[in-house]
Amino acid sequence: MGWNRKVLRVNLTAGTCTPEPLNMKWADDYLGSRGLASKYLVSEIDPKVDPLSPDNKLIMSTGPLTGTMASTGGRYTVVTKGALTNAIACSNSGGYFGAEMKFAGWDMIIFEGKSPKPVYLYLENDRAELRDAGHLWGRSCWETEETIKASHQDPQIKVCSIGAAGENQVLFACIVNDLHRAAGRSGVGAVMGSKNLKAVALRGTQGVSGIKDFPAFMAATNAAKKVLADNAVTGQGLPKYGTQVLMNVINEIGALPTRNHRDVQFEEAGKISAEAMHEKRSSDGKTHLVTNAACFGCTIACGRISQIDQNHFSVKNSPKYWGASGGLEYEAAWALGAANGVGDLEALQYANMLCNEHGMDPISFGATVGAAMEMYELGLLSKAQIGLDAPFGSAEALCKLVEMTATGEGFGKELGLGSKRLCEKYGRPDLSMSVKGQEFPAYDSRGIQGMGLTYATSNRGACHLRSYTVASEVLGVPVKTDPLVTEGKAELVKAFQDATAVFDAAGICVFTSFAWTLADVQPQVQAACEGDWSMEKLAVVGERIWNMERQFNLAAGFTAKDDDLPPRLKTEPAKTGPAKGLVNGIDKMRPEYYQVRGWTPDGVPDQATLDRLGL
Amino acid sequence: MHITVKLYATLADYLPAGAKANRVEVEVAEGAAVAEILVPFKLPPKLTHLVLVNGVFIPPEERAATRLTAGDTLAVWPPIAGG
Repeated sequence: MGWNRKVLRVNLTAGTCTPEPLNMKWADDYLGSRGLASKYLVSEIDPKVDPLSPDNKLIMSTGPLTGTMASTGGRYTVVTKGALTNAIACSNSGGYFGAEMKFAGWDMIIFEGKSPKPVYLYLENDRAELRDAGHLWGRSCWETEETIKASHQDPQIKVCSIGAAGENQVLFACIVNDLHRAAGRSGVGAVMGSKNLKAVALRGTQGVSGIKDFPAFMAATNAAKKVLADNAVTGQGLPKYGTQVLMNVINEIGALPTRNHRDVQFEEAGKISAEAMHEKRSSDGKTHLVTNAACFGCTIACGRISQIDQNHFSVKNSPKYWGASGGLEYEAAWALGAANGVGDLEALQYANMLCNEHGMDPISFGATVGAAMEMYELGLLSKAQIGLDAPFGSAEALCKLVEMTATGEGFGKELGLGSKRLCEKYGRPDLSMSVKGQEFPAYDSRGIQGMGLTYATSNRGACHLRSYTVASEVLGVPVKTDPLVTEGKAELVKAFQDATAVFDAAGICVFTSFAWTLADVQPQVQAACEGDWSMEKLAVVGERIWNMERQFNLAAGFTAKDDDLPPRLKTEPAKTGPAKGLVNGIDKMRPEYYQVRGWTPDGVPDQATLDRLGL
Repeated sequence: MHITVKLYATLADYLPAGAKANRVEVEVAEGAAVAEILVPFKLPPKLTHLVLVNGVFIPPEERAATRLTAGDTLAVWPPIAGG
């Protein structure tokens, strides 16, 4: 059956943990994880709720393939109303936490209310307890995980937690599990902090049972794994070079946002690339990259484990950072590096480690630093205000600002607001490179036109993981399209958005989509889950999830005006590269997209669309 | 004429010894095409996936006819992805 059919409802105000049956009608309509948890959220909270109030809810959810033999079936999602965006938030993480939730016998945990004091949830199979976290409050994600495992005398416990950033409600705080995997975006960690919920500790010993047709499931998962292994991207490219291999590609095509999107190519991209991570350092003769790593059940293993140069200024007096640690992945390397004009690989790894340690989204943090550096260069922010010189390219400033932001020290408190609020405060809202309050990831939409539409229409604010048209426009997966034109992008974005929603809802990693199509996912879901899970139904489920999220945002107060890009991307042409002279054509693509979606010219799903999707 | 060839990821193994930063400057015949420029590097055809001239993608069927001019950059990657 794929699902455990059990939800744990945790009322933090009352201190109660109550099991309840999973709504199987909703499971049939929304599959799981992102889709199903979002259905619960939109059904239970007021869309206009303050994200940091007790009336917001925080849901951690698995999908039907989470914890199974399906490759990459280790994903879970955190669904809430985002602290950074005020929009629906769904942050997805790998590691081992999601599978453990399934092994403990649960599909989903719903947190509601606010605890009067810091607590953590301890969940061991059917035993659920809220425990005092007074001794954990103030500790980092790394210390929290270690302390909980030690206190329970069980190294097999899986932990997700917030660090100082979540406690201090840094608006881009994330939730970290397994030391360096994270539900990273939209400020889900700030919501967790607002509830005085420090951590969730899971121990499950029940395995996953109830697969509908086990022989068919084994056949389907084995066939799908062979597709991943035989594919050059998922079988060779990602394991060896990780996502960081994109740094030089995106720079070469002139779509690497640099210095807060002033430029589209970074002269030091090669120094912070995957290739650089493989090179031996002159200082100690070691490579930055130590090995690759895999999340639960993953046969791709794209993760990076690196070791910082002990002689680097950022860590030479801090031995605790000398060991191997997670990173750098492409998005973090870009946000901490090119976005700020910083070409010091070791400094980026230091900043990345602190983001993991204290629970911050490195994309929004790095991009916010980029906005601050631009305001410093424009004279809108002074050394006295920031507490240090912060020109573009300063590795020293980056390393200090990450410490200050995590702990809420000085100007770090203002950086913790994110770029939108920061730039508004200093009178230049146009300098925030964000949509719906969330900072762009690592693709400049002047050089990859479809990504402009992706960002503008993403339900969780600017995001590459809602429709990764880079795959088609740059990498040729599944077919190559021209990144410099707007024609056909409305259809392309819709197709990516709907398909990605299905991958997310199933509980698998979207990176499988470099090799898999829905036709590879469908037999796995069909064999695991009760009911009919045809290609046609999955396509409708994906579209239904997208429209449900959209309806929530509309009810929360968003309008078509929010489906837009910062003026820089619409009025300042790219200066170099193939896109030289181009701005993004969002104003042309947006109405086409609304039409393709079956929405009104104001971006509202029309009645025929709602009826067709059963919304 | 003088051009720059860049080979990335696993294709770096096909650069001449001593090449740095994934690039090598080469002399080629005036108006040489992408395909003939790549011949000396002996790249496996299956790994010659993403081919860019000055950042612009050249599809496989156009590589024999797409000619470079002096100062151009030809960059090649095997099948890769990220996100």
